[in-house]
Amino acid sequence: MTLKDAETGSTVRIDSVGESKLKNRLMTMGLIPGTRVEILRSAPMGDPIAIRLRSYNLAMRKHDAEQIQVSKIS
Amino acid sequence: MSALAVALTGNPNTGKSTIFNELTGAHQKIGNWPGVTVDKKVGYVTYKDRTISVIDLPGTYSINAHSQEEIVVSDYFKENKPDIVVNILDASNISRNLFLTVQLMENGIPLIINLNMMDEAQRQGIKINEKELEKCFGMPVTNTVGRSNKSVKVLLDVFTETRMSDYHPSEMMQAHIDKVNQIKASGMSAEKIDEEVIAARYDFIDKVMSQAVTTEHIGNTFSDKLDSWLANGFQSLVIMFALFYLLFQFTFNWVGQPLADLLGDFLTGDLVDWAKEAMEEAGVADWMQSLVADGVLAGVGAVVGFVPLIFTLFFCLSFLDGTGYMARVAFVLDPIMRRAGLSGKSIMPLIMGFGCGVPAIMAARGMDTNKDRMISVLITPFLTCNAKVPIMALFAAMFFPDNAADIVFAMYFVGLAIAIIAAKILSQTAFKSEPSTFLLELPPYRMPAMKTVLLETWDKGKGYLVKAGTIIFAMTVMIWFLSSFNSDGMTEDMDQSYLASIGSATSVLFAPQGFDTWEAGAAVVTGVMAKEAVVSTMGILYGIGDDVSTEVEDADDTASQFMATSMAAAFTPLSALAFMVFTQLYSPCVTALGTVKKETQSWKWMAFTFIYTCSVAWIISMLVYQVGRILGFE
Repeated sequence: MTLKDAETGSTVRIDSVGESKLKNRLMTMGLIPGTRVEILRSAPMGDPIAIRLRSYNLAMRKHDAEQIQVSKIS
Repeated sequence: MSALAVALTGNPNTGKSTIFNELTGAHQKIGNWPGVTVDKKVGYVTYKDRTISVIDLPGTYSINAHSQEEIVVSDYFKENKPDIVVNILDASNISRNLFLTVQLMENGIPLIINLNMMDEAQRQGIKINEKELEKCFGMPVTNTVGRSNKSVKVLLDVFTETRMSDYHPSEMMQAHIDKVNQIKASGMSAEKIDEEVIAARYDFIDKVMSQAVTTEHIGNTFSDKLDSWLANGFQSLVIMFALFYLLFQFTFNWVGQPLADLLGDFLTGDLVDWAKEAMEEAGVADWMQSLVADGVLAGVGAVVGFVPLIFTLFFCLSFLDGTGYMARVAFVLDPIMRRAGLSGKSIMPLIMGFGCGVPAIMAARGMDTNKDRMISVLITPFLTCNAKVPIMALFAAMFFPDNAADIVFAMYFVGLAIAIIAAKILSQTAFKSEPSTFLLELPPYRMPAMKTVLLETWDKGKGYLVKAGTIIFAMTVMIWFLSSFNSDGMTEDMDQSYLASIGSATSVLFAPQGFDTWEAGAAVVTGVMAKEAVVSTMGILYGIGDDVSTEVEDADDTASQFMATSMAAAFTPLSALAFMVFTQLYSPCVTALGTVKKETQSWKWMAFTFIYTCSVAWIISMLVYQVGRILGFE
């Protein structure tokens, strides 16, 4: 499953960040394999999405979330 | 003893600037890092007879050199060895904040770790053992409570009493540094090395977290509850646009503009009258009187008249930014704005551009990337600012009396449409190499520190006066010279001046637009000084006098005055429309041009703004006229 498809309100664990131009920045912001991520909400037009990791909130576009492989925890 | 050099560094949204403002108060200088659109803030404070110089480095998540801010910080540490480096962390977000700390340590920069927002961390159930943290890094750890003046003053003791040479990286830290060096020497691809190093840093951070930090989960925070209203669902859009409406009204109708008008009336009215009288009595030469009244004082008026607008708008923007709401604006509007090659935050310059381009261009400084800042600056001139409205209202009333309002509305639309198209083109040409990404922290909602809001507002006004003011003043005096002199010396009649010659030379250019009269040419030239000058120049040139009303409510009366002159025959409805389109789109006024220079840090971009807006205006207005003719309009 990708982060884009993860349900709002669910918590997932990152399996891989995937290859993209943003990879380096995503990792710098703390999206490392093994990190727990909670999906908080999406913007009114459905995109971007807001997630919580390492006790802070981060917004990203669905297009970028699609590169990130995750598995569901709860 | 020489001044103690202190550098503040940290992530965005850590309250770093608030600490800087509490430390240095009004004793600070806002400049610009050379060649980039990033503020450079330096301040001084005297404590226990020691002068401490404090530099507030731009907030960054890393020093990877991916953005202008990161390059600034990375270069600063390559070129400078400050006595004390303070790494300011948001304690409620310590894990990600430590990334920069670790990276700085790898670069051999000893630092004081200052945990800010300790109160907020406690509310979120985060407990940090400072002694343990000190052990993990081998560096001194202090803490501050965001806005408490007292706790910030404690830092001064820390600065003066800490000797960094007493501190050395811990064994654990040294082991991490060795590991990073191994990875760097491993011969993998540069990309792979970067990724491995980042992962190693978070490995180290996770170790630190397990030793020094305990987190207990306490449900939804206040910010989360607020976000379900302000960043989710249809009502968030309604609230946002209501807020924009209030902001616009506050700046341009309720507070800012009325103050600007009062100041303007005084500077160009009473003050000029007194000066003229005084000079008359003193027997000052005519040319000197004119230089003072119409050159110097008009120049001061052109500069100072905008200050109330800048103060009002930036007070509001700085407050909003401090609350964390601007990040939500970017979040909510991203899907719309990205289509035009802009980011969500670019909405601010776009909206404010309908009031006045000067504060709108300055608002671009608040964008997250250089690309967003530059494109916002470059497209703002196309919008219908308040000063363009009288031109549109007059021409619509004169040549389209039956549907004047529709025509004025159409002009607003043309301006906005061209701005959006220009943004799209610029993002795919001049700024193509800079990626348009969106990865934005949504900081918790906070009550902004008033001191910071007021200082930022003051700095905006001061920066404008100093940096843009001189350019604007010089250009205004130059235009005075052109409109008051000809080769025989000084002239009373503007239609005998250099300006008239330039106007008639310029007018040849407008044959394809159907308004190649020298009066129109001269009005276009003076319009570069201020858009209000287009209508008043026409008033002078068509013999109505120089006190033509530029109030929109008077447009019908003014139109009937003009209809009685030869202007009625100088334009056809179609050429009038072409003229409106041209003045809507062509070069912004000198005040806006001076502001472009200030914000982009480049004469080249200022010249580019002038040339490209004029070219776009010329082409579009020509198309309007020529296509109109083919379609059988006149």
